[in-house]
Amino acid sequence: MKITLNNREEEFGFPELTITRLMAEKNFTFRMLVVKVNGELVKRHEFDHKIVRDGDDVMILHLITGG
Amino acid sequence: MPVSYPEAISKYLGRFTVGIAGCGGLGSNCAVALARCGVGKLVIADYDIVTLQNLNRQYYFHDQIGRLKVHALRENIQRINPAISVKAFDMKLCVSDVLELFAGCDVIVEAFDKAEMKQMIIETVLGQMPGKYLISGIGMAGWGKTDIIHCLRSDRLIICGDGVSEVTETLPVLAPRVNVVANMQANEVLEILLKEFVPPLPENQHEDNIK
Repeated sequence: MKITLNNREEEFGFPELTITRLMAEKNFTFRMLVVKVNGELVKRHEFDHKIVRDGDDVMILHLITGG
Repeated sequence: MPVSYPEAISKYLGRFTVGIAGCGGLGSNCAVALARCGVGKLVIADYDIVTLQNLNRQYYFHDQIGRLKVHALRENIQRINPAISVKAFDMKLCVSDVLELFAGCDVIVEAFDKAEMKQMIIETVLGQMPGKYLISGIGMAGWGKTDIIHCLRSDRLIICGDGVSEVTETLPVLAPRVNVVANMQANEVLEILLKEFVPPLPENQHEDNIK
């Protein structure tokens, strides 16, 4: 599947992935984060169930301290 | 006398309200930039006091050490532009405060220090305040590396910063880089607020049209 991840086109060798699997594929190990799929906020407890499919627009934001 | 272009912008911005969550390096500098442009009403919130260590980056002065940041910032903004209304809230924001204090704001600026607080306000605004713009600052510690600072836009959520430079003991936040991000946030606010701004007709062009 081809998706847009953080405004960039990315291709994965799977027809679909959960948010948890997608983050494992990308080696994302962030503690504090915000996830959006097609503009919809995805809560942490939904990461194992929420499916990302071909054409989806995914934003995975790593929140870090400083300001 | 015709109204000059900058005056017209300032007059137009006077109708808007911007919320600023946190009055540290991002919030104090962003608020001052918006005040200079003429944004009519600012809703600012922070629970902290000004310390000597803050003065390397935050918009406060030595004689304001020990004062509440929200009160010192309101004073500084009104010294720049007394016409601006500043609602100052001395409190640590929780979800219900965000919903209540910023309900009337056209745009909200996330200017917190802690990652947990950034997550809280992003989830609250995206999840419970439909239609509201949120401009967040993520990643601005250290110095140099100007060219990796950028803007990431996703509908009504806009992220300014480099996304990677976290504060550590050896990577402090310093005035130049946090100011770059704070002013990027202010610039994004203007982009949203000025979307429907119609510039005044220049005087000479006006005369030509009459002829």
